[in-house]
Amino acid sequence: MGRYIVKRILGAIPILIGVSLILFILLNIVPGDPVALMMKEHISSDVVARVRAQMHLDDPGYVRYFRFLWNALHGDFGMSYKLNRPVASLLLNAFPNTLMLALAAAIFSWIVGIPAGIISVVKKYSFIDYFFMGFALFGVSMPVFWSGLIMQYIFSLKLGWLPAAGFYSPICIIMPAIVLGWSSAGVIARLTRSSLLEVMGNDYIRTARAKGLTEAAVLVHHALKNSFLPVVTIMAIQVASLLSGAVITESIFGVPGIGRIAVNAIQDRDMPLLQGAVLFATFLVIIGNLAADILYSYIDPRIKYD
Amino acid sequence: MSDNDVMLSVEGLKTYFFTDKGIVPAVDDISFAVGAGKVLGIVGESGCGKSMTALSILRLIPTPPGRIVAGNILFAGKNLLDLSVKQMHSIRGNEISMIFQEPMTSLNPVYTVGKQVMEVLRLHQNLHKEAARAKAIEMFNLVGIPEAEKRIDTYPHQLSGGLRQRVMIAMALSCRPKLLIADEPTTALDVTVQAQILRLMKNLQDEIDSSIILITHDLGVIAEMCDDVLVMYTGRIMEQADVYSLFENPLHPYTKGLLQSIPNLHKDNESLYNIKGLVPNLLNLADGCKFHPRCEFVQDICIEKEPELFEVTKGHFVRCWKYMG
Amino acid sequence: MALKFKLQKKDSGMKKKKQALKKAQESFLQDLFRAFRKNKLAVLGGVIVILFLIMAIFAPFIVPHDPYAVEIDLQFYEPSSKYLIGTDMFGRDILSRIIYGSRISLIIGLIPTLISMIVGTVLGMIAGYYGGKIDYFIMRLADIVLAFPSLLLSMVVMYTLGASLLNIFIALSVVGWARTARVVRSQTLSLKEKEFVEGARAIGVSKQVILLRHIFPNCVPSLLVLFTLGIPEAIMSEASLSFLGVGAQPPTPSWGLMVYRGKEFIFSAPWVAITPGIAILIIVLAFNFLGDGLRDAMDPYMKQ
Ligand SMILES: Nc1ncnc2c1ncn2[C@@H]1O[C@H](COP(=O)(O)OP(=O)(O)OP(=O)(O)O)[C@@H](O)[C@H]1O
Ligand SMILES: [Mg+2]
Repeated sequence: MGRYIVKRILGAIPILIGVSLILFILLNIVPGDPVALMMKEHISSDVVARVRAQMHLDDPGYVRYFRFLWNALHGDFGMSYKLNRPVASLLLNAFPNTLMLALAAAIFSWIVGIPAGIISVVKKYSFIDYFFMGFALFGVSMPVFWSGLIMQYIFSLKLGWLPAAGFYSPICIIMPAIVLGWSSAGVIARLTRSSLLEVMGNDYIRTARAKGLTEAAVLVHHALKNSFLPVVTIMAIQVASLLSGAVITESIFGVPGIGRIAVNAIQDRDMPLLQGAVLFATFLVIIGNLAADILYSYIDPRIKYD
Repeated sequence: MSDNDVMLSVEGLKTYFFTDKGIVPAVDDISFAVGAGKVLGIVGESGCGKSMTALSILRLIPTPPGRIVAGNILFAGKNLLDLSVKQMHSIRGNEISMIFQEPMTSLNPVYTVGKQVMEVLRLHQNLHKEAARAKAIEMFNLVGIPEAEKRIDTYPHQLSGGLRQRVMIAMALSCRPKLLIADEPTTALDVTVQAQILRLMKNLQDEIDSSIILITHDLGVIAEMCDDVLVMYTGRIMEQADVYSLFENPLHPYTKGLLQSIPNLHKDNESLYNIKGLVPNLLNLADGCKFHPRCEFVQDICIEKEPELFEVTKGHFVRCWKYMG
Repeated sequence: MALKFKLQKKDSGMKKKKQALKKAQESFLQDLFRAFRKNKLAVLGGVIVILFLIMAIFAPFIVPHDPYAVEIDLQFYEPSSKYLIGTDMFGRDILSRIIYGSRISLIIGLIPTLISMIVGTVLGMIAGYYGGKIDYFIMRLADIVLAFPSLLLSMVVMYTLGASLLNIFIALSVVGWARTARVVRSQTLSLKEKEFVEGARAIGVSKQVILLRHIFPNCVPSLLVLFTLGIPEAIMSEASLSFLGVGAQPPTPSWGLMVYRGKEFIFSAPWVAITPGIAILIIVLAFNFLGDGLRDAMDPYMKQ
């Protein structure tokens, strides 16, 4: 088991290096002169010179990449060119906000999605089933930025229940979390249903029924544990989609998180900050995948650890 | 068979599947009885409705698309089809239990085999965890699983097919059922293991004194194990007799075909015979006798009209025009 | 002599196989059609998609007003009989802009998805069939691309290339190929072992021909499903990028951009931002219904 975990962690390292390399190429090599790309407007030449020197643009590409990698390994992601503060500290300050938002959204999506999927299976091919699944697809198809606006319109303007934007008290997280969790809930509900249905067709479910277990006991004791494997996988994949969604939700609701940093960095053409934010977010996704792998191996005894 | 010797009697059972492409009559009007302490064999080619007959008894037909549309299933004085869902739960695994064809997939992969056996005991006998465990170990010993105390904590994928089937048997017998339904319990196993499992079932039957319905497509197994035999084809009974009459004097051409296809060591291998033609699709069955397209002795009437099940000699029934009047 | 014999054999074998293939294709389509028609939501999705296609193609003939005509004194007209869903901050007719926007969404949905499917299919087949180092390289690249949160990766590409509609094509293609490659690779791996492929290899059919004639057709059902479900994702990505200001630029009538430009006025003129969002919801939902029905209908063919 321990060896298995170590192996998975080692396997993630090349991916992480690949991510950093691709990101570096996209932001530093492809544009030719990244400083020119950063400074579209007229800016005094000594600022340009300062930034060029800071970024060692006269060194060959691979030297710059290895320097970037080396610094990143030491927690140094460079300076935000616009805010003139270390990227790492900006990201670390923003991270708890994104984490809180994503976690609240994830919990919302599980609370809504998993029971909906289970009920759909219990009542399969009934009106409730079709209703839930239609609704789930509806949730998946709703643009996050649009449902956010609608929520603001209804709950802030019309009803005055919740603050439209800002991040000063726990109630501020309610709307962004629901908006962000909504589409995930649809995905989870559909996946819970389909994997549970598939499991319910297995021979061992028939065995469980033949033992005299009630339908509820069959579902809870024999089907759910097996059907959670794909759901656990999706929870990990959720990290990626939640972070993508957080980019938008954070901008709409003014949550000072990683996603908003990335959007602002693009608007300010603040390349080091953008690079740091994307690298950090991707790092979180890889951690999520790793966690899912490990959780998976706890649930399914058939996974071989060697 | 007098009435109080009968453990289970099935009357006019019809189980149909209502699919997109039409109605599939998987079990079509079959009646039979299993005597107390007797072994009834059901034999027939793949798809003739053996498993669906067995699942109908336990009311485990997948619904939708399947449904029992007619019949009575009398067990210990009650019609199982009239029982509430709750009453059915207390019968399954307790008074009637079942062993399935596929030992590889019939056990839940995420639980230890011990836990799965204990589950039945705790459910029907209200045993505590420790008592259930002790009983499970006892059952494992009974079915001949070596190192029972260790094996009880293993997962199904760590056991061989033969051991898994023993676990299934331990599970099925742990509440000393009055009726055991074994649906091709040895088909997926290799020959030596097959013989061991069959011998085990035979011994345990003597010990527990239950009735058995043994489903198989292997007449050799029937000859060894059973008292009475049903020969099924397209959801119908084609021939019904005690095992001696059936082997001494098989009547239906289909039965004869099945008998001839048993590999016989004394004859040339070339005489290995198979009934010509294929098992028909239940969606569009022929008129008349359902076997006539494959029958060597087909007459005009076979094509026009389906024969009734007809008692030729006492207790020996056949559904064939050759023997009717 | 031996060679001639071999060729002849190969020829007649091919002909037979072709006939069988044709027959299989026909019954495949029939089955598919039957399974599909039963799924009412999928049919509804299909109808909506067709309506949107017609709307996009004939946009210039249907629009009630010029979608680009700025009329400052017509600013923020409420929905009325003349302007069915009102006007925006420049007095442009929103309905006309939404109708023109369907062109953008459909093109973005179809073209980059098609490009990324082609790239993914080729790479996936190569990885699966040739194995070894090239397989390792392609699949690690796919892993890396899939590790990025997709919106952030396309944002980075848009930052580098500059915000424009055309660059969204590139951004979405860069992001989209990896999943297709994974699916196609795993199918290629299992198909490679099948008798008909080994048979073809044994009679000396070249690798390219095997990939094209034997492996590819068997991947088509999965590809079709991936394609149909990739379209709404691409539409959504374009809308999101445009909403964030790194996609289509004004005055392009991109739906996402329209929501973005209208969101400032959400409290005073909510129709400006809300109605384009409804259009996105409808088209994405329609494609999802369609893709879902297609997947259910193809399920038996994808399992093989
Ligand atoms: N879910 C279903 N939908 C439609 N038809 C079904 C379904 N399940 C079973 N059947 C039909 O019921 C018939 C009887 O099946 P059954 O499993 O009882 O056969 P069997 O005699 O046990 O065969 P085998 O020896 O292969 O186990 C089959 O011909 C099949 O077509
Ligand atoms: Mg069977």
